[in-house]
Amino acid sequence: MKEFILRKVKVHKVAFGKYTEVKNGCLTIEAATLTEVLLEDRQMKSVDIRIAAPGDSVRIVPVKDVIEPRARLSEEESPFPGIFSDPHVAGEGITVSLDGVCVVTTGKMVNFQEGVIDMSGPGAEFSTFSRKNNVVLVIEPVAGLSKHEHERVVRMAGLRAAAFLGRAGIPSEWEKELRIPGADLPDLYSMDPSLPRVLYVCQVIAQGLLHDNYIYGLNAQGCLPLLMTPGEVLDGAIVSGNCAAPCHKHTTFHHQNNPIVEDLLKEHGKTLNFLGVLVTPVKTALVEKVRICTQAFKMARMLGAQGVIISEDGGGNPENDLMLLDRLLEGAGIKTVLVTDEYAGSDGASPGLADSTPEADAVVTNGNGNQRVILPPMDTVIGWPESIDRITGGHAGSLSPDGSVDMEIAGIMGSTNELGLENLTTVAM
Amino acid sequence: MKTIRVVHYLNQFFGQLGGEEMANLPPRIVDGPVGFGVTLKGASGGRVEIVRTVICGDNYAAENTEELAKEVLRWVSEISPDLFLAGPAFGAGRYGIAAGTLCKEVRGKLGIPAVTAMHPVNPGASIAGPEVFVIEAKDTAQDLKRVLPLMVSIGTRLVDGLPIGSPGGEGYLPRGVRVNVRASERGSARAVQMLLKKLAGEPFETELPMPTYDRVLPAAPVRNLAKATIAIGTEGGIVPRGNPDRIEAHNASKWCRYDIASLDGLEKGDYEVAHGGYDPVPANDDPDRVLPLDAARALEREGRFRKLHDWYPVTVGNVTAVRSAERYGRQMGEALAAEGVEGVILTST
Repeated sequence: MKEFILRKVKVHKVAFGKYTEVKNGCLTIEAATLTEVLLEDRQMKSVDIRIAAPGDSVRIVPVKDVIEPRARLSEEESPFPGIFSDPHVAGEGITVSLDGVCVVTTGKMVNFQEGVIDMSGPGAEFSTFSRKNNVVLVIEPVAGLSKHEHERVVRMAGLRAAAFLGRAGIPSEWEKELRIPGADLPDLYSMDPSLPRVLYVCQVIAQGLLHDNYIYGLNAQGCLPLLMTPGEVLDGAIVSGNCAAPCHKHTTFHHQNNPIVEDLLKEHGKTLNFLGVLVTPVKTALVEKVRICTQAFKMARMLGAQGVIISEDGGGNPENDLMLLDRLLEGAGIKTVLVTDEYAGSDGASPGLADSTPEADAVVTNGNGNQRVILPPMDTVIGWPESIDRITGGHAGSLSPDGSVDMEIAGIMGSTNELGLENLTTVAM
Repeated sequence: MKTIRVVHYLNQFFGQLGGEEMANLPPRIVDGPVGFGVTLKGASGGRVEIVRTVICGDNYAAENTEELAKEVLRWVSEISPDLFLAGPAFGAGRYGIAAGTLCKEVRGKLGIPAVTAMHPVNPGASIAGPEVFVIEAKDTAQDLKRVLPLMVSIGTRLVDGLPIGSPGGEGYLPRGVRVNVRASERGSARAVQMLLKKLAGEPFETELPMPTYDRVLPAAPVRNLAKATIAIGTEGGIVPRGNPDRIEAHNASKWCRYDIASLDGLEKGDYEVAHGGYDPVPANDDPDRVLPLDAARALEREGRFRKLHDWYPVTVGNVTAVRSAERYGRQMGEALAAEGVEGVILTST
């Protein structure tokens, strides 16, 4: 593999303008062309493009996906390979990102799983997305679509906008570059043998409407575990169609900025030898869980992993996969750490996981999603505020007539992110 | 600041009524402090005042815990104090059980903050439950002077609504309650550091010890299926159109029952999925696939069982707190059993 360079163009401000370009840290968007690009999808009826900046009195709901704008330096290649282009291998060559900008998709609810982003106030403390300059797409699909088609329209619009805006970063000056040297297995195995060999297992949920992920454009429902380089994961090889339980499902942004990959890369060659990422689907039936986990276990042994980090995607049944694989790995003497979150009830007194195993003695938790929070009214709501009563984390009466919201942090996008992007955790009291 | 009015529970010994020979003494009240309770007002700078003391013999309390609790609830609600204190019970098991039980009842039934103190292995410590603060005490009364101020400190803050810190810092036993806090580093960095320590054989501390679950014993088989009334039920959120009782898509606050006496199956459009944890499209198309009414009717017609029950219980089991789920399950079971249902087919998603 060749070296991968992620070139980060820092953006401090977003505004509408005559041209779509980045100048002096400001992204201007020419809305007419972006709208035209998005409406190329004949199942899109209309789109309203809005801007929400950190500190604004703005609430965005119901949020489906969040994507970082990206572009490949080579024009023929897509920042989401296999979606709008041939599925070329990601994670080699140069990719440009607009660091500080997110595309956020919203529109009428597809189901119950979309979430909230507040740009200021107490809700903003729970989410990285509250600190981004968000380009919000309020999407209305044509009438008569099924739920699956509706979800697809919204997902593709987000990716299309992210790829369109990303190109504005190509001629711009960049602030920093993340460089990942190309390393094939012979290179990794000729490293200092005293460094423990570490594999990262990244669960991707694969369970239907609003519970799917796409690997190079293929729905992960049809996949067995796939070995990726760290660069592939960070370079758009995984796209999220998953916004169930907003607090703890990975958005496309989370995959593009996977913090476990970033933090393992920081230690690579110093304290450990980072072998790669095993992207591992999570299905519902037990036979699928056994098939996938035994394959992941086989791969870990074939690669000679001595340590493994497994991150969960979602909650409930994925904990069965988490515990099953932990048990297999620890049984073979492979040291394992789990990264999860909890649903311990609003009083924090319920067992927070749906499954357990005595071998799981090293667990990082990213917080209790059932914590109640009061979100004050905002001057502007982008989207459909009344959906708050129905989304995950809300309940009938969550939305008060004055516009304030009483809900669980489960409804806030990424609040208990199970890749560990935030710093929330729990302690026993 | 207003004085905090306290009811205090003591056993016969600390209530100064005698030793083991008085252990069968039934409960009684004294309006005002008794024994070391007298010192509390001065020690708290006048903030805390014991307005009533309940004294009971250890044997009586252990053998008549339910009656004692009823009596104490009445005596406490009569004068509605701000705070309930019990003990310290130290290593005394019977005393500890009474103290733990009474604190749990007063907190749970009357909503009055309750604090006790005892040795960690005292069985009363686990009885007290997550809403009661149990100060960790040594097993003898020599620890009284150290423990008492800790009880008062937590008790006054509970009344004032002020924050209470970690078990180690405050000296109470962990209540099994998990509280969100901010760590100094993000979760991914903590995971990498934890793995490095584990690989190096260095000590590390998990952030989430594995939970322990209650074991539910499978029920005995239905003795005579052909004569039995059978119910169907689900946690899969199959509800009438429009979700009339608005069961939440996640962490449901309720369970509901709906009549199916006149139905042979669940028609598309008449019933729908309220559950937020799975793809609802196939079950919205045919709700029978999650709540199998059509199949149950077929078996009923074949005489495999006598009768299908007239209503079905339903909730949404999507990241629903285990404590709520336990409660719904118990209520559903009791309601069905009361109507003579002998078996239930409960579907899960």
